[in-house]
Amino acid sequence: MREVRLALLEADVHYSVVKEFVARVRERAVGAEVSKALIPGQQVVKIVNEELIATLGEPAPLNLSGPRPRLLLLVGLQGSGKTTAAGKLAQLLRSHGERVMLVAGDPYRPAAIQQLQTLGERLDVPVHTESGVKPPELTARAVAKAQNGGFGVVIVDTAGRSQLDDGLMNELRAIVAKVPPAETLLVVDAMIGQEALHVAEGFRDAVPLTGLILAKMDGDARGGAAISIRSVTGVPIKFLGTGEKLDALEVYNPGRLASRILGMGDMLGLIEKAEAAFDEKAAQEQAKKLSSGEFTLEDLAEMLRSSKKMGPMSQMLEMLPGNMGQAARNVAPQDVERQLKTTEAIISSMTIAERRRPDILNARRRRRIASGSGTQVQEVNRLMKQFREMQRLFTTLKKTGGRGLSHLFG
Amino acid sequence: MADLFARWKNGLTRSSQAAFGRLAGLLGATEITDETWDELEALLIQADLGIETAQSVLEALKGAVRTRGLRRASELQSLLQAELRSRLLEPPSFTLTTRPFIILLVGVNGSGKTTTAAKLGRRFAQAGFKPLLVAADTFRAAAVDQLQIWAERLNLPFFAGQAGADPGAVAYDAIHSAITKKMDIVLVDTAGRLHTRYNLMEELKKVQRVVGKALPGAPHAVWLVLDATTGQNALHQARAFKETVAANGIILAKLDSSARGGMAFAIQHELGLPILFAGLGEKPDDLQPFDPDAFVEGILSA
Repeated sequence: MREVRLALLEADVHYSVVKEFVARVRERAVGAEVSKALIPGQQVVKIVNEELIATLGEPAPLNLSGPRPRLLLLVGLQGSGKTTAAGKLAQLLRSHGERVMLVAGDPYRPAAIQQLQTLGERLDVPVHTESGVKPPELTARAVAKAQNGGFGVVIVDTAGRSQLDDGLMNELRAIVAKVPPAETLLVVDAMIGQEALHVAEGFRDAVPLTGLILAKMDGDARGGAAISIRSVTGVPIKFLGTGEKLDALEVYNPGRLASRILGMGDMLGLIEKAEAAFDEKAAQEQAKKLSSGEFTLEDLAEMLRSSKKMGPMSQMLEMLPGNMGQAARNVAPQDVERQLKTTEAIISSMTIAERRRPDILNARRRRRIASGSGTQVQEVNRLMKQFREMQRLFTTLKKTGGRGLSHLFG
Repeated sequence: MADLFARWKNGLTRSSQAAFGRLAGLLGATEITDETWDELEALLIQADLGIETAQSVLEALKGAVRTRGLRRASELQSLLQAELRSRLLEPPSFTLTTRPFIILLVGVNGSGKTTTAAKLGRRFAQAGFKPLLVAADTFRAAAVDQLQIWAERLNLPFFAGQAGADPGAVAYDAIHSAITKKMDIVLVDTAGRLHTRYNLMEELKKVQRVVGKALPGAPHAVWLVLDATTGQNALHQARAFKETVAANGIILAKLDSSARGGMAFAIQHELGLPILFAGLGEKPDDLQPFDPDAFVEGILSA
């Protein structure tokens, strides 16, 4: 229980929310112990996980019902990621066939309008701006224009503001009063600390929030703010921002976010990617070969190919949990990728006979392979040494019972 | 000086209100109980000090209470204040050891680098120096425009590269221009990057190297701009920027929000990085030298 509390506090979940949460888990755990036959520790982990997932809630789609154009309002603190989120949403909606208009509703920060305009150009989405027009009026005009122009969605990027800034909060109220939005989405930086709770309360008290976007989730913040905000506002989490590119907007998965907040890493995401990239038939074939001890360089090449399909190495490494992920971050992903490429190149430069019977590789053949693959003889030698080690490993596994291994690959 | 303190107070009043009264109520004329300690822990954690720092502060207080035989909760306040204050470094005074003095501003996306660059430029200009603002964020849409508008508003010299240009090349050219024009300080606004993005951190290293080629010994300072609303992740950020580009000072932006910036304690404790300035508002004059006393007061707000 102590660990759970620490994990949540370290993930920036608000103090009072943690307190309530721990009390709830404790109550359930005490009640459950009598009835179930699980080990108490397992039971607690299970309950914690269930409660976290329940608190985080199901991912909700964007509400795009009602008459067109539907208004999406993005609100949040300065620097939370609203403008980028606006661009990402525009891209997403357009890829679903919607005609989208962006509205530059931040007349205060220098060049905020240009920033949105640049994004609009990049996406080929029109951006509505009018200098000297206050955001509420600007929004109303944009919606009228969108209506005439047959646009399906209008996304307003509002100025960043502190929830304590009465003047700017009143401006938000005025926008909502003038044109009721289909969605008012609070954009929150995943790295935010304990203040997340007050920020969410402040915005919720001013305007009816309908959803949450957690930005900058591609960093190593645990994102505990999501729990605080869900607990106090009850609005569903709609998206996660996971990168600087405009397509890096993901629908969130409660289980995955729960394990991230608890510091267990995104193992689920990793497994999913591995599954998607893996060709089951090839895998079974490989498993059979491995357990029979005939592991050739051809198999190694095949393994490399399927691991590459999983995506860029940098992303893979970041999904690892806790210390492993931390350690992996210190490895240059290019180095890993470069090495994979070199290995593939070397194997491709071998003849089929050489791949099946590496024993025939003499100095002359190695020199030919090196020049054919644009590498050095030393690199070829290194690969061969690694290959021998792998072969030895597989043979040992076979002796100790290859059943576990084929299970692993099947 | 009085004016300076007043500005701190103004910037912090909004954030103070939430916890005002609370500490006073908590540390009234009652006896110290377990509840007192729980409440203090809540206060510290809610100010983003983090569980480890909060507990270490409480341990120190408990020790002092034992040795001095304190019983009344009201006696804890000054003790707590002193304990927190002792954990903050005195901000070093800023001296121009060489000219031009090159400063790189680094940080994660949205932390407030560009605004801080402009405000710093203003401060230095008011102090009688000739600062050059350099827009080396060629990645984010309109980041260059943002700094340029600031430069025009504040009437400060400005240097920019083309959008999409290599940030190192921009910094290189800017430094040469600064040398020719006999500028005193060069403020290089770099693109925001998450500290976990290996490639982007490597890019920043390259900018640092190129700056060193343009002027041996440069950059003379690398300042990390941290958003004061950041939670535990602030320590990860500071660690990463210190390791990759030898960040040697912190600027705490957006301290005028409701956040109290308690992560500063862990950062100073683990990394020894001093906090140099604090952003206390949106106006150009709202960047002020870090004042540890006012900062602690902001955390306690009583």
